[in-house]
Amino acid sequence: MTIYDIFLAPFADYGFMRRALIACLCLGLGSGPIGVFLMLRRMSLMGDAMSHAVLPGAAIGYLIAGSLSLTAMGLGGLVAGLSVALLSGLVSRMTVLQEDASFASFYLTSLALGVLIVSLRGSNIDLLHVLFGTILAIDAPALYQIGAITTVTLLALAIIYRPLVMECFDPGFLRAVGGRGPIYHFLFLLLVVLNLVASFQALGTLMAVGLMMLPAAVAQLWSRSLPAMMWIATGTAAISGYVGLIASYHLEFASGPTIIITASLIYGFSILFAPSGLARRFFPRPHLRG
Amino acid sequence: MNDLIRLDNVTVTYERHPAVHHISGAFRAGSLTAIAGPNGAGKSTLLKAMVGELRPAEGSIDRGALTRNDFGYLPQAADINRRFPISVADTVMLGAWKNTGAFGQVSRKDAERARDALAVVGLSGFESRHIGSLSAGQFQRVLFARLLLQDARVILLDEPFTAIDQRTTRDLLDLVLRWNKEGRTVIAVLHDFDQVRAHFPETLLIARELVGWGRTQDVMNSANLIKARAMAERWDEGAEACLPEDEHAADGHARQEPAQ
Repeated sequence: MTIYDIFLAPFADYGFMRRALIACLCLGLGSGPIGVFLMLRRMSLMGDAMSHAVLPGAAIGYLIAGSLSLTAMGLGGLVAGLSVALLSGLVSRMTVLQEDASFASFYLTSLALGVLIVSLRGSNIDLLHVLFGTILAIDAPALYQIGAITTVTLLALAIIYRPLVMECFDPGFLRAVGGRGPIYHFLFLLLVVLNLVASFQALGTLMAVGLMMLPAAVAQLWSRSLPAMMWIATGTAAISGYVGLIASYHLEFASGPTIIITASLIYGFSILFAPSGLARRFFPRPHLRG
Repeated sequence: MNDLIRLDNVTVTYERHPAVHHISGAFRAGSLTAIAGPNGAGKSTLLKAMVGELRPAEGSIDRGALTRNDFGYLPQAADINRRFPISVADTVMLGAWKNTGAFGQVSRKDAERARDALAVVGLSGFESRHIGSLSAGQFQRVLFARLLLQDARVILLDEPFTAIDQRTTRDLLDLVLRWNKEGRTVIAVLHDFDQVRAHFPETLLIARELVGWGRTQDVMNSANLIKARAMAERWDEGAEACLPEDEHAADGHARQEPAQ
């Protein structure tokens, strides 16, 4: 087997592999930076909760469209995800519940409702697709949708970058200079939900957050500058997508999980060998002069 | 008229309990005032209401012709996420908000001003350092550099000298006095009464309500301080509603006019 056969042939030969690869690269570009911000806002698990919250909307979209129509499911997921984000935000502002507690309650309700709706009408296969995604079944319209979400995400992040950074870092100062923190918080949540809807199609509701949080964690281990972290997260997601697809093709593994496992391996490597990783503890280097 | 910021019966609450209530009075233009009081007196809460971060439950704050851009604000260091991956230079340049707004680019002139501001606070060469690697005192210097960049008419400082070394306190205090000499109005929340007596000509002494407001030597007497302590420690879970007819606090403490 030549190098070409291993690394390029799967994409040259099969359209579905090419589309899956492009989808992964787009997801990396959008979800990578979003994941970094989620992590810096100490909302890593919130992303996971939110990805489950997308499910009932997607399931209703699926029921209405009558098949695994990614557009209908995407729209439904967007509505459901945003509703849960807004409702739990409202509940935490108006009651004694903290935002994580209200999130947990809403996402569990959402997940149960979603699985119930899918199992009412669909087969077990459909349920599997919804839970674990169908990255190899991504067609051209789905790809356009993912591409559009990535484009919107990058543009929006570029525009709200400064207030978003201030909201994470020094919210009191942002309010004092007249920046409206809650608006940027909401816009950010909107971007999170949009990206989860995009990854939901590829990786399913259970792993949608995988290309968001694992690359973000890797980035934090390697860098202490925000722009560098966003690049590292994007790169990690892209490499995980490519390597995961190649590996799943040759080893005949399921693609979605293989991509996430690849990201996990990079994460494991980073924990050991990144500048702030474990290896440094066991092999200390002499300190500097000044 | 040289009243710059006028408080009229200002009440800010926490779960309906007053953090501070019935505060009335005015800060003069160009004055240097300490907001003093024991722990839990509502000093920071009042400052946050003045800067627009909290909304008064009752009463109003009249900022006259001042706009948000006229205020420079130093939040409490504890309210800032020091682990956020941002450099010293970028932190200081956030002070250029007046020129950049939320979305604009930082001009070369502002970047130069940021460098100059860092030099003034003694942190030249620290531009690319991550804020997480600074000591508490160094970080406070960075926040003062950001204030320099804000170039504001009114400067509000929340516990500016808490948990920092003596040398930094002295340097930053000099900066505060210099701002006041330049004609800026400075209002600082402080809990070190000796510092208040030594450097701040005017004091607003509160303990969840107004105890005294005027010349520091008039306000910071032992009777007022004992009263302040007793009032701050009073927290009644079963308190009844504070109705307009028993607004004793608003009427009971006449503002002591500072000598001109």
